[in-house]
Amino acid sequence: MSTYYAGLFADIGILFLGAMSVYIILATGQLSLGNAGFMGIGAYLASFLTVELQWPLTAALIAAALAAALIGVVVGFPALRLKGIYLAIATLGFGEMVRSFLLNFDRMGGSGGFHGMKHVSLATIWLWAGGILVLIVLLERSRLWLHMRAVHDDEIAANLVGLDTTATKVGAFGFGAAVAAISGGLFAHHYVYIEPGNFGFERSIDFVLAVILGGSTVGPGALIGAGLLVLLPEWLRFLADWRLAAFGVLLVLVLLTRRQGILDKPLLDRLTFGGLRA
Amino acid sequence: MLLQQLVNGLTLGAVYTLVALSFSLVMGILSVLNIAIGELFMLGGYLGFAIIARGLPLPLAMAVAMLGACVVAVIIQKIAYEPLRDAPLITPMLSTLGFSIILQNVVTNVWGSDPLQLPSEMFDGDFQIGPVRIGVMQIVVIGVTIILVGAVAYLVQRTPAGRALRAIAENRDVARLLGVSVSKTTFLAFAISGLLAGAAGVLISLHYAAITPYIGVDIGLKAIAVMVIGGTTRVWGALLAGPLIGIAEVLTIAYGGSQIRDLVVYGLMILILLLRPQGLLGGARSDVGQRV
Amino acid sequence: MTVLALNGVGKRFGGIQALTDVSLEVPAGRIVGVIGPNGAGKTTLFNVITGAYRASSGDVLLAGNNITQWPSHRIMQSGIARTFQNIRLFASMTVWEHLLVAQPRAGGLWRSVMPIGWADAEARTRAEDALVFFGLEQYRDVIARTLPYGIQRKVEMARALTAQPKLLLLDEPVAGMNAEEADELRALFHGLNARGLSILLIEHDMPFVMSLCHQLYVLNFGVLIAEGTPDAVRNDPVVLDAYLGTEAA
Repeated sequence: MSTYYAGLFADIGILFLGAMSVYIILATGQLSLGNAGFMGIGAYLASFLTVELQWPLTAALIAAALAAALIGVVVGFPALRLKGIYLAIATLGFGEMVRSFLLNFDRMGGSGGFHGMKHVSLATIWLWAGGILVLIVLLERSRLWLHMRAVHDDEIAANLVGLDTTATKVGAFGFGAAVAAISGGLFAHHYVYIEPGNFGFERSIDFVLAVILGGSTVGPGALIGAGLLVLLPEWLRFLADWRLAAFGVLLVLVLLTRRQGILDKPLLDRLTFGGLRA
Repeated sequence: MLLQQLVNGLTLGAVYTLVALSFSLVMGILSVLNIAIGELFMLGGYLGFAIIARGLPLPLAMAVAMLGACVVAVIIQKIAYEPLRDAPLITPMLSTLGFSIILQNVVTNVWGSDPLQLPSEMFDGDFQIGPVRIGVMQIVVIGVTIILVGAVAYLVQRTPAGRALRAIAENRDVARLLGVSVSKTTFLAFAISGLLAGAAGVLISLHYAAITPYIGVDIGLKAIAVMVIGGTTRVWGALLAGPLIGIAEVLTIAYGGSQIRDLVVYGLMILILLLRPQGLLGGARSDVGQRV
Repeated sequence: MTVLALNGVGKRFGGIQALTDVSLEVPAGRIVGVIGPNGAGKTTLFNVITGAYRASSGDVLLAGNNITQWPSHRIMQSGIARTFQNIRLFASMTVWEHLLVAQPRAGGLWRSVMPIGWADAEARTRAEDALVFFGLEQYRDVIARTLPYGIQRKVEMARALTAQPKLLLLDEPVAGMNAEEADELRALFHGLNARGLSILLIEHDMPFVMSLCHQLYVLNFGVLIAEGTPDAVRNDPVVLDAYLGTEAA
């Protein structure tokens, strides 16, 4: 494979993981516009561990995921007080605060960025991305995921059929944050240079976009969304300077004609010959 | 130099106020975050800039910028919002994002991605009041803001159209039963929102004497914070919160280093969301936020 | 043995006293009804029992445990299930998923994160039983919210029963049903009761309540004004007065 395509596929894998992090939180009915913040935390922490402490990448990624999960839970608790668009705005604020904090964090280079990571192979990125995808596809058939959907559909009713909605929502934040951190760690070791600007609002929005475009009711939707988001601007290269505008037009068209996203349950079932039933 | 900083903060805050009002007209009334407002604002800046650079008068620049942004805002309403009115609120938010991408790309192609500078002799007169130097430009920015906020406040509080806006913000279904035309009112909200964003764009390009295609995101996010801090349903909330954030920002840059600026602004926003979700002055109840 | 006991329960909302000193009992294996005019506090009573509201005074005991301060989910996990006056099904779920979602969690975290099809034959059997018991087989994979009203009621009841409750709370179960459907439900409740399930219900439909319940409580303006067997309550002058006084007005 050419380096050009290798680079694109690496981007897809990293974006897919970021999209997954939004998907998990969204499964409980909470929209996060700040997941780039968790990604940034993962990127910086994993890089610190591999560069400064010479940890192996896998251990660094796991440690970064665990730390981000903890922060996700801490963020998730106050988030319980907010709903809908207000929650989204609060998470947006969280993401901007993380970016701003990293700008001031001179120990890790501040606005100058941080480098020294060893380049990670495309296979490693996709091992993680594929692993998380399989994990989520299995999890979607579990009782836990049913509970998350119950909270998404009707929180009060979920509570009154015996589900702990607090733990479910906070847990989803923690889990999502962990996946975002893995995405960040891989990003850092793919580009071998990171700066706070990598983890701003536009990145968070990309994650959400990949989920909604691909289909927000099934895990593999995020994979389609991530693929499109990376490849579409490439395919539109013949439009030269106008390709981003064309991308914007296509985005609006897809949302207007297929608001549930490209992939949904009926389509997925048809593609997988009935699917794995619960 | 504290007073001088306050004046500078006030000018920046005035722009925040206008953009925040632009956001809150759509969000407070329809619960939809119109992400493209940042780009409408940027577009207004470029349109105004183009007029001023030709040596034409400022009022004409304001008018063209406001009208241009208003027309695009209404197009966004018709295409990106109206068909998705019943969808979960992420969907219209992302379709407005589509427009934001388009606008940024178009502006970059028309005016280039490098910052444009205003000729330095523009509005360079100033008044010395005691130790404080106030530029003509600063007076223009603050003055225009006060006029526009006053006009919006009058419209929302005193006119039948304003009553319709408030009725829909309160309860869409009840408003409809009372005979309020939802589609007309939605149109109005988007149109005024566009006018304000366009005006704010001209003012920011005067304030910085420069403009780039990327200014929309930065100021837009800040304005969302201002909207939340002021509260989404009271016009006066943004009038208080805008200058507050402007001044807080200028002061943290002066005394704490420019880097912690955003930390302060967004920290304050989250604090307000958690402790006083209706905003400093007002009425929106975040606990009834729509399902995503 | 008593499944549920309320001792002097009161509930205030600001200046309004919604419930005053309510004491009642649901003995094991009995069907108990709470009746009363609109606004008497019946639904508030259910909300206090299920922890949706906290009682301002008094105690709620479930099988001897004081559950007054417990969070809802813990109360529901400890043996109570309920249905809602206006049906509350999960918008994205099929009938089959509704029968799985409320089941008690046995086997810890591991079993709850594994695919149900692999790890939880027990849950599937229980859901299958409920499906057959309620005659819902043909709707197994249909999104429950798209089904006719009567079927939705059944799904909601089936969901409640898969939680394996000791006590079932029914909030106006026959509201909006015709006589035939109500008869069907009555037979169903008798059948469940015969299997040992205790039931507490609130209902407007007098003939239905009278023919189903072993024991009745009458609530008016948040106060219990009478209790006894259906026959005793039917002839209680206080009750007649309360009903005539409010409903004839």
